[in-house]
Amino acid sequence: MRSFWKRHSQPYLFLAPAVAVMLFIVLYPFLYNVYIAFSNMSLYHLRDLEFVGLKHFRTILSEPAIWAVFGKTILWTVVNVVSHLVLGVGLAVLLNQQIKGRAIFRALLILPWAMPQYITALTWRGMFNYEYGSINLGLKAIGLSPIPWLASEIGAFAAPVIANIWLGFPFMMIIALGGLQSIPKELYEAADLDGAGWWFRLRKITLPLLKPVLLPAAILGTIWTFNNLNVIWLITNQGEPADKTHILVTYVYKAAFHYYRYGYAAAFSLVIFVILLSFVLAFLRAGKERTR
Amino acid sequence: MSREGNRLRIVKSVVIHVALVLFTMAVIYPILQVISISLRPGDRLYSTSLALIPDGATLHAYYAIFFEKPFLLWLRNSLLVSITVTIIGVALASTSGYAFARFRFPGHGAGMLGFLVSQMFPATMLLLPLFILLSKIGMIDAIPGLVIAYVATALPFCVWTMKGYYESIPVELEEAAMVDGTTRAGAFWKITLPLSAPALMITALFSFMTAWSEFMVARVIIQSQNLYTLPLGLESLAGTFQTEWANYSAGAVVVCIPVVALFLILNRYLVSGLTLGGVKG
Repeated sequence: MRSFWKRHSQPYLFLAPAVAVMLFIVLYPFLYNVYIAFSNMSLYHLRDLEFVGLKHFRTILSEPAIWAVFGKTILWTVVNVVSHLVLGVGLAVLLNQQIKGRAIFRALLILPWAMPQYITALTWRGMFNYEYGSINLGLKAIGLSPIPWLASEIGAFAAPVIANIWLGFPFMMIIALGGLQSIPKELYEAADLDGAGWWFRLRKITLPLLKPVLLPAAILGTIWTFNNLNVIWLITNQGEPADKTHILVTYVYKAAFHYYRYGYAAAFSLVIFVILLSFVLAFLRAGKERTR
Repeated sequence: MSREGNRLRIVKSVVIHVALVLFTMAVIYPILQVISISLRPGDRLYSTSLALIPDGATLHAYYAIFFEKPFLLWLRNSLLVSITVTIIGVALASTSGYAFARFRFPGHGAGMLGFLVSQMFPATMLLLPLFILLSKIGMIDAIPGLVIAYVATALPFCVWTMKGYYESIPVELEEAAMVDGTTRAGAFWKITLPLSAPALMITALFSFMTAWSEFMVARVIIQSQNLYTLPLGLESLAGTFQTEWANYSAGAVVVCIPVVALFLILNRYLVSGLTLGGVKG
């Protein structure tokens, strides 16, 4: 024991503060969440808790509305992450060429990332306003009829997607720019000599060499998008119309803090976590296999 | 290069520039829109004009938020929370990231994985138990409760960033110093830490932004209006039945200026500080 401590005391001392904090504010709440998930805790049962077993999990699986929410979550995540990657990589490739005012473009295009998300969301909510929002005013100006964005189920889902694409692509762009700068120029020169077109260069040089940088970024992006509360909550004003625009996390948030269904929400949080975890693991495995 | 090829290249360059300019204009339009609304006079709040500089532009909304609305109070609360979170985040991430980067010890893999997995927690999974626990010890509706929740959110990403960056610094530099009689902690403090400035900047920026821009956690933990942080305050301007769009927009502009400035100043660190962390994963 003593020799073990002697060998490893340094890393543990460096780690101690962070680990102590994480144990107290992450692990402990997490275990408490598991505990609540199997109890009947709600606003009316805060102290007199009873063990209810898998009751909440059964409720979750038997609610038909959940599957629509689940489908929307997948759609929301896929559309956003794919758009972020396509826009981010595309812009990075453009900006990596000889462009006049490159620094200015870069600085301006990074702005959506710099803005706090809640401001982005509230601002876009204003822009999607039926009568006074600039999007409908713009549509009218070019002779199209205005769209009731926030009043219809589809519109109120499309609106946050548009806003979220806007706020998310700069992160991917910066990551891709960093990756592009590390690709040796000689590779492109060699491809030029062979008379390769841009599509070939993109598919055979740029994308494969960007992959080690983009894969972790795409995984992070997936996690962040899947768990993004702000944008949907604020743009649809808590899931309007009629709680039809929720993704999983906003749905649970409402169950917990508006309907005070603590046990149910805790169980649901666990389900969401397991879904996301299995996605990410599958993603990682697929990424690894293709590298081989 | 033939004349044909030259002409093709010029056309291509023009097309790229035009596409970039158009796209950039579309991207910054919402930002210009906020600035524009903040300048609108009170009688033109519900305007159907698309002009960016409104008729009768005025700075009245800025005057209003500072002198008629409790904006300064929200600002004070937000600064208090954000600076505390930044200090805690940088201190914890710079030390634990170092342990992960430089040592192999039992629990190394599990620890890194733990930080990564905690990023996948849906917000409610920590927020709900924290909310119940905090209310049991009377820390609901209190600034420290908010700080606790934010450190838990920001820390994992910061630890990964710091670890990735430390790994790019040659360990020989520390070893040379230790040969000269410096302790490990001394080498870390005097050599590695100063060299890690880009990653420290990213960590600080990320911790600060987490706290400065967070809304969903704050609206659960904070209830009294005199503890409102900026996000809660601004939402109360934008979210009530009678939306004060001009005041909200003026507030949004003031809130964005420091973070945007930080972003642009740290712009050059973003690539080096982030990608290195990403590649080394």
